[in-house]
Amino acid sequence: MRYLIILKGTQPAGPPPEGLISAIMELGAEATASGAMLDNAGLAPSAAGARVTVAGGELSVMDGPFAEAKEFISYAIYDVRSKEEAVEWASRFMKLNADLWPGWEGESEVLKVMGPEDFAPPQ
Amino acid sequence: MPGRGDSRGLVDAGITSTAGRRRRVVGVEGDLTAGDAARRAVEAVWRIESGRLVAGLARVTGDLGAAEDLAQDALLVALEQWPVTGIPPNPGGWLMTTAKRRAIDAHRRAETFERKAAALGRELIEEEPGVDRDEMVDRLDDHVGDDLLRLVFTACHPVLSLESRVALTLRCLGGLTTDEIARAFLVPGKTMAQRIARAKKTLTDEGIRFELPTRDDLSERLASVLQTVYLIFNEGYSATSGEDWIRPALCQDAMRLGRLLVALVPNEPEVHGLLALMELQASRLPARVGPGGAPVLLPDQDRRRWDRLLVRRGLAALARAESLRGPIGPYTLQAGIAACHARAQRPENTDWTRIADLYEVLASVWTSPVVELNRAVAVGFAQGPEAGLAVVERVAASGQLGTYPQLHAVRGDLLDRAGRHTDAAGAFQLAADLTRNDTERSLYTRRAAEARVTGQRSRPLSGQPTNDRFA
Repeated sequence: MRYLIILKGTQPAGPPPEGLISAIMELGAEATASGAMLDNAGLAPSAAGARVTVAGGELSVMDGPFAEAKEFISYAIYDVRSKEEAVEWASRFMKLNADLWPGWEGESEVLKVMGPEDFAPPQ
Repeated sequence: MPGRGDSRGLVDAGITSTAGRRRRVVGVEGDLTAGDAARRAVEAVWRIESGRLVAGLARVTGDLGAAEDLAQDALLVALEQWPVTGIPPNPGGWLMTTAKRRAIDAHRRAETFERKAAALGRELIEEEPGVDRDEMVDRLDDHVGDDLLRLVFTACHPVLSLESRVALTLRCLGGLTTDEIARAFLVPGKTMAQRIARAKKTLTDEGIRFELPTRDDLSERLASVLQTVYLIFNEGYSATSGEDWIRPALCQDAMRLGRLLVALVPNEPEVHGLLALMELQASRLPARVGPGGAPVLLPDQDRRRWDRLLVRRGLAALARAESLRGPIGPYTLQAGIAACHARAQRPENTDWTRIADLYEVLASVWTSPVVELNRAVAVGFAQGPEAGLAVVERVAASGQLGTYPQLHAVRGDLLDRAGRHTDAAGAFQLAADLTRNDTERSLYTRRAAEARVTGQRSRPLSGQPTNDRFA
């Protein structure tokens, strides 16, 4: 089963503490080497992006920024056997941030990517 | 629904982060009871940690069977305690410590519960007292890559039958329960439990040590590992019996093992080749079953449904395999063939000439009538049905594949395309009579019926009736 995890964090002022980035990279390498993580990346601030909206039949495009300036977003795609396993990986990344950067807050959305198992069994 | 101030949505996921270091496992609303949710959370940790745990324990005990028993004991303790205490901050370390404590207990009780476990207990007691637990775990972590590799080579040791290797690999490295493995292979749980117990006993009886292969043995031992992983994949991709055409979970387990292998053995082209092959083949899974569960073969698949992420990963793994020094082997060649399909956005764009060439190279490193049969399919597309038939007839004349349903299905398709519809119908009927797979049988029966309808004007090609695991 594939899951998309979107992690959004609000960073305290100042640079990230020493060791945080390498710890995150290490956990990412572990998740990749174990075969669970298929893809991941950090997202540039929304100032670099745009938002395309349809409302009342009107399509509009608006350039960023949208999120709070301090918000940091990253995503990861996992191949796991259960939702709980995806949640476990998400929790490990969250915990790393929380443990190593006092004041850091954030949330991860763990979203299931539809796969063959989500469709009705063959008749 | 969020309960405490610091839980922020994690409640939804069944785990809430408390101010302390432990994560509490809580129930979720919906179908699951709190107990189920907690058990599933523990199993998720197990899936992630069990390989390293068994590997670390096996290095210390020197005995995979004893290590596995100790690891299972630790799992039972976790299932008992974590739902109450929460998941500890370092679950892997916790499991390791618990397993070792069980070993020490066994030694202290001087029971013969496990000879090897008792030996481990003695060794641990003799360690200097007050050794920091985390440090102990760190020391284990230093070995983690090598330990996992030893575990891979031991679980896939050639002294074991292929089915035992598969069971032991899924159990020790995949973190599957015996029941899960039994369900995947359609055998009773008891049978699978016996198979695993027998495999462990064989390792002990044969005096197989928990070691890396020597340089001289490496290629043979690695071949045994790759064969085991690919068999797991194929079991999922093309079930050999029963009604399920695809059991995708086994494919995913095999791919996960393949990804673990490329991390452990990054310099062997065939390891990347196998991963590439599996990722490319799996990319077609979403397009491979039609309404009502009917199989959809390669030429008829809606290629927009192919999994682009897996295609991309497969092509990248193939590029790595081809960039490494070392001989290109059968997995890389098959991945090369699968890549020809993956790159063709429409069937008519398929580079059949390259595929036929790759099969020819494949046949030179892997003499197999099945490979030759697949080459016949490629030649049939590259040079026309008569050229393909010539290859098929040579395979048939060898007498090796007389009862192989795909031989007759391939011949049927080529005959059909050559305009010899009555002969084609007979070949498809034979294929239908020979196959053990229900969905294949209905496909071949349908093709036989279609071919019987004579005087058809040039009907569109509907199906490449080979087992496309090679294509």
